[in-house]
Amino acid sequence: MRKTCLEMVYKLAKTDDRIFFIGSDLGVDTLKEFKDEMPDRFFMEGISESNIIGMAAGMAMEGKVLFVNTIASFITRRCFEQIVLDLCLHNVKVRLIGNGGGMVYAPLGPTHMTVEDIAIIRSIPEMAVIAPADANEMRRLMPLTVDYPGPLYIRLAKGYDPIVTTDDNSFTIGKAIPIRKGKDALIVATGITLKIALDAYDTLKSYNIESSVLHVHTIKPLDIECLLQFAENVPVIVTIEEHSIVGGLGSAVAEIILEANFERPKRFKRIGIPDVFPDEYGSQASLLEKYSITEKHLVSTILNFCK
Amino acid sequence: MKTFHTEIEDAAQALDERSKALRKKIVMVMDKAGRGHLASALSLVEIVRVLYDDILKYDSNNPQWPMRDRFILSKGHGCLALYVILAEKGFFPESELWRFCKKDGLLGGHPEKKIPGVEASTGSLGHGFSVGLGFALNAIYEKAEYRTIVVLGDGECNEGSVWEAALSAGKHKLNNLTIIVDYNKYQSYGSTQEVQDLEPFLDKWKSFGFAVADVDGHDIKELRTILYSLPLDSDKPNAVICHTVKGKGISFVENNLSWHHKSKLSESEIQKLLASVEAY
Repeated sequence: MRKTCLEMVYKLAKTDDRIFFIGSDLGVDTLKEFKDEMPDRFFMEGISESNIIGMAAGMAMEGKVLFVNTIASFITRRCFEQIVLDLCLHNVKVRLIGNGGGMVYAPLGPTHMTVEDIAIIRSIPEMAVIAPADANEMRRLMPLTVDYPGPLYIRLAKGYDPIVTTDDNSFTIGKAIPIRKGKDALIVATGITLKIALDAYDTLKSYNIESSVLHVHTIKPLDIECLLQFAENVPVIVTIEEHSIVGGLGSAVAEIILEANFERPKRFKRIGIPDVFPDEYGSQASLLEKYSITEKHLVSTILNFCK
Repeated sequence: MKTFHTEIEDAAQALDERSKALRKKIVMVMDKAGRGHLASALSLVEIVRVLYDDILKYDSNNPQWPMRDRFILSKGHGCLALYVILAEKGFFPESELWRFCKKDGLLGGHPEKKIPGVEASTGSLGHGFSVGLGFALNAIYEKAEYRTIVVLGDGECNEGSVWEAALSAGKHKLNNLTIIVDYNKYQSYGSTQEVQDLEPFLDKWKSFGFAVADVDGHDIKELRTILYSLPLDSDKPNAVICHTVKGKGISFVENNLSWHHKSKLSESEIQKLLASVEAY
């Protein structure tokens, strides 16, 4: 997904000279072709996220479109105030690309894992928050980012994640994608948890549970209309995300569902990382297992609700 | 090593009528609003005056004129000094000054981009330099002749982001970027020497790759001379350290920490402030 994302930055920049790239001491040869072919629009700055965000804002105020890339924890937490004031208050076209959202950097420990990025970034006015499910979806997203009117945060997964979306899934920023439709339960997923949701759909079917799967790649602006349309007629709603249960997709969905005041009561559950610092290394997969962000847990949750 | 802490007290340099008039206007705005960072604005008056009278290219009828020089007051709390100049130059009607911080006013306690003539919203310290860096890099890319000038406070230079930006400006050899520091030697809690000493300040800027000059920030001629001579070096960004006096022009406000946040001034206090400017 990261590879596709950066390849798309390069391709888009080739035909649009408003596009600039700023990296923060990334790996050697990152976007080498971009640097070689368009050196005056390629910046590799030092480990200085606060400065880079301000610098990107200044260039964007001059009409440029900036793609800024580093590890997700650093591009969100480290420079949060610059994102709020320099990017969002000025409402400029800067696209933050965060590597390794969630628990991708499990072997590197809690300093590098990013389990609260969606929560903090979605709290800022004007900002959009997008977590594509796979590289193909990233390919559909990237051309749309160029002229999106405000700042954007793109959350990247591990890379080489299974492809679960299809070309039939059209992509519009801010529009959720209903991938499966069923009357018994609604599963709301974002990013890589779409695959877990789709697997759970198949398993639930074997238990005669018909579920809907809503892929909310854009957590902000949230597609409230679509969410309510799918939530209205199901008795069970479960969200699943590779993110803290505090403030992420589940919270965003809960806010909307609760205020909808449906006549029929809903059973509701957020599946995500509990409100703790992950205290193990291992891998993204092992931590997903540890925190039960799994098909098994999703299925059992829905089966319990549907009893 | 040259330091200036010992020279703070030698203030009392005469101010001309224009500098006095600008200060009186600032006091009158504070009178109407009941608030404002008076002392932080007073140390800035000559810097913004010289910039807008003599140095910056701008068109107040077309604030977004592409060829304009970009000016950022990164120490946004000094905004009263900027607002009185912008009003005088016609960026917005003077009547806006009298609605400073009011519910329906254009002008708040820190500059915002929605104000004609303001390039970037500032107030939280340590932001304006990096935004200005972006302006300057854009000018290089576009081969545009506009210059970018950013005024920092001395207390603001406690922020790490200032030095991140300084590293980057030095790396890119941005001779079209000028940092002016309003070095009034005081921050909110005390003197800069006591709270977080910046010395050797000029050497710091030099070591970050800047061409550096220091001037008396209340001396119109000195300011004009140094700012006319920009860039100081064809291969380096510029840092002009302006030695100023916090509260300059009102004797009992000068270097008096209790005036950093002073608000709700009485009528008699306002009259004393105005009289003190006149008598300076």
